[in-house]
Amino acid sequence: MKDTNPNPQKRSGRGDAVAIERYGKLFAARTRSMTSSAMRDLMSITERPEVISLAGGLPDTSTFPKESYAALMSKLAAEELASALQYGPTEGLAAARECIRFVMAAEGITVDPDDVIVTTGGQQVLDLVCKVLIDPGDVIVAEGPTYPGAVSAFTSYEARVEQVPIDADGMDPELLRERLVQLDAEGARPKFIYLIPNFQNPSGVTLSAERRKAILDIAREWEILILEDNPYGLLRYEEDAIPSILEMDGGESVIYLGTFSKILSPGIRLGWVTAPRPVLEKLNLAKQAADLCASSLAQHFVAAYIGGGGWPEYMASLRRIYRDRRDVMLESLTSEMPEGTTWVSPAGGLFVWATLPDYIDTTDLLARALRENVAFVPGRAAWVNGDGGSSLRLNFSGADSDRIREGIRRIGMVVGEQVELYETMVGGSAGAASVEVTSDQTEGARVVPIAPQKRRASGNQG
Amino acid sequence: MLALYLSHHRNAEHPATKGDGLKIAVLEGGRSLERGVSLRTGGRVKDALARLGHEVVSIDADTSLISNLREQKPDLAFLALHGRDGEDGTVQQVLDLLEIPHTSSNAAASARTGDKALAKRRFRAAGLPTPDFYVLDATAVRELAAVELVPTIGERLGWPMILKPALQGSSLGVALAREASEVPAALLSALSYDDRVLFEQYCPGRDLAVAVVGKPDGAVAWPPVEAIPSGDQYDFQARYEIGSAKFECPADLDEATHARACELAVSTFEALQCSGVARVDLILGDDRDLTILEIDSVPGLTQTSLVPLAAEAAGIEFDSLIELMLDLAVTA
Repeated sequence: MKDTNPNPQKRSGRGDAVAIERYGKLFAARTRSMTSSAMRDLMSITERPEVISLAGGLPDTSTFPKESYAALMSKLAAEELASALQYGPTEGLAAARECIRFVMAAEGITVDPDDVIVTTGGQQVLDLVCKVLIDPGDVIVAEGPTYPGAVSAFTSYEARVEQVPIDADGMDPELLRERLVQLDAEGARPKFIYLIPNFQNPSGVTLSAERRKAILDIAREWEILILEDNPYGLLRYEEDAIPSILEMDGGESVIYLGTFSKILSPGIRLGWVTAPRPVLEKLNLAKQAADLCASSLAQHFVAAYIGGGGWPEYMASLRRIYRDRRDVMLESLTSEMPEGTTWVSPAGGLFVWATLPDYIDTTDLLARALRENVAFVPGRAAWVNGDGGSSLRLNFSGADSDRIREGIRRIGMVVGEQVELYETMVGGSAGAASVEVTSDQTEGARVVPIAPQKRRASGNQG
Repeated sequence: MLALYLSHHRNAEHPATKGDGLKIAVLEGGRSLERGVSLRTGGRVKDALARLGHEVVSIDADTSLISNLREQKPDLAFLALHGRDGEDGTVQQVLDLLEIPHTSSNAAASARTGDKALAKRRFRAAGLPTPDFYVLDATAVRELAAVELVPTIGERLGWPMILKPALQGSSLGVALAREASEVPAALLSALSYDDRVLFEQYCPGRDLAVAVVGKPDGAVAWPPVEAIPSGDQYDFQARYEIGSAKFECPADLDEATHARACELAVSTFEALQCSGVARVDLILGDDRDLTILEIDSVPGLTQTSLVPLAAEAAGIEFDSLIELMLDLAVTA
């Protein structure tokens, strides 16, 4: 695009003090939760090509067949162009919703396409659900740790996020019940329980069938909803699938969120939601106000691709690639990480959650790791209260096996360095004493603790 | 001054220079942990330079830095780099060798200011007040079991004390240790950012910053600015998030304190032989004593940075500040 004005008039930098005061007053109260952080800034370095980033949540889109894409888009141009370039219905194109029925059926979930709204990515569902359900101060109960992007969506509506720590089988229903009782005593109003039941982001943990049922029973008893976020369910590398909470529920208490981001492309920005009818109708109105409809072009693309029959094979190839990368990551962790480190061995998904000795702060460790050109996500991002300081999330879908091996080698080196330094300082084997040691990953060990570990208070001067 | 420089300097070596402006390379980004802050500073600087009619070339400070500079042949380099490489004299040395004038202090002064331990030793040598401190490095911790000195350091500095990496800005890696048992973890955090760590006496008080301008006829200070964080710390978020700190510019100080802050800042600038524009951070203690924490020779110019606010308090708007920095660079 040619810039016809070589010297576009930009606002001058005058009046910073006035601007800070002026804009500071104009911002809505809910923006107080929209903050930057040192960690977010550190993440800007991970974009540099020399950095092996195990930080993102990126699927590997490089394997999508170019020929398929070219053929699909040509067909679209020849047959559906006017419609693809046009607005569509708020709930989404019928053909796209039919594809969603097909995709959900691949996971054993039955859904009527009329009960589906196509959204602009799964993230929009988080936003719309809050828009429809949350008043300032309302409570959302989430797993601890949880997906940081969900917390951002929730807190931007001034929700109070209460996290219930998870273990190797996910959220403990008894801890959930205790928390609900506490909240009730405070007069707090929980609106929904946010769960990622399959290969949770960030922990990799899967919520057991028994606990799904028990949590659903609690939700019904307390007349609150469950928001079941299932981006990774089809990325299962072993074991049998566990029925979704939506299926267990039968349409009474569960809002279900799906997305094409991890099973086709995050770039097409398409997700979906199904919910009890009264909620779905409100969500439709909210979506209409937000963006009228999801991209028609993207919906036509999905309909043509999935309707064309190539998707199951593509999914099988993705599963093979990711399973191999997961195995490489787990093997590398076993060989490279010092004693005192634990991690979850996920049966699917994109992430491994590792926990280091509690004296190591993974936000600071990231600074050290970046000096070795490797990156991960520090665990504190997954907690609202500053917990999780000794944990980190590692992604195995976005880098090839060689880079995963090298990345984990470097992380192992810097963790080893810190363990050694600490042991020199306090004497003895500090790491092994403080944290349960992982067993052989080949036995499929799922290692607790996933729960937070308190760290020292930190301050600042200068 | 800039016009004079232009008339002498623009020649066949710089065919890319057009119009009345200079060809200015804005060095930003880099591999430092403060890359994000640097890009924010760089963005504002580039906008201002374009408004001032200069030709702007953006250069990310990486392995192609030198080849880019040789190829672009800028008249002048504007340093918007923060942290390692940008503030420790490394890039300044590159520019000095390539004979490209730049907006920062020279390599030697930058190396002194970028290293908090070196800077504080200079403060002491010049008789300037700064909190007591000790420095330990990773090798001493690892090979000499130097952590055994912590109780002694505690006796001398008192508790709590501040631990901070010698080479790091924006409060990254800074921790407060309230007792000896908190030192190992705090030390581990600080050592993540640099191999040397300062143990510094904790001085509670008001956070003041004074911008100092190295004019040809002597350094002058602009009115002190006070940052009042919304939370209990002037941390990374308070520094860079609109609404996370309030800024008093000029700071509400009595006349004597105002004068003393300016005097100390100018003395600091001169003791470290800085040039251009630098920022001196001070604490006004509860006992009304002023102490110098550090000096930053490549101060941030983001929307919430203190130097633009100080300039504003002195009646100098942002574009004029940038123009002044160019002017100082060509006269250095």
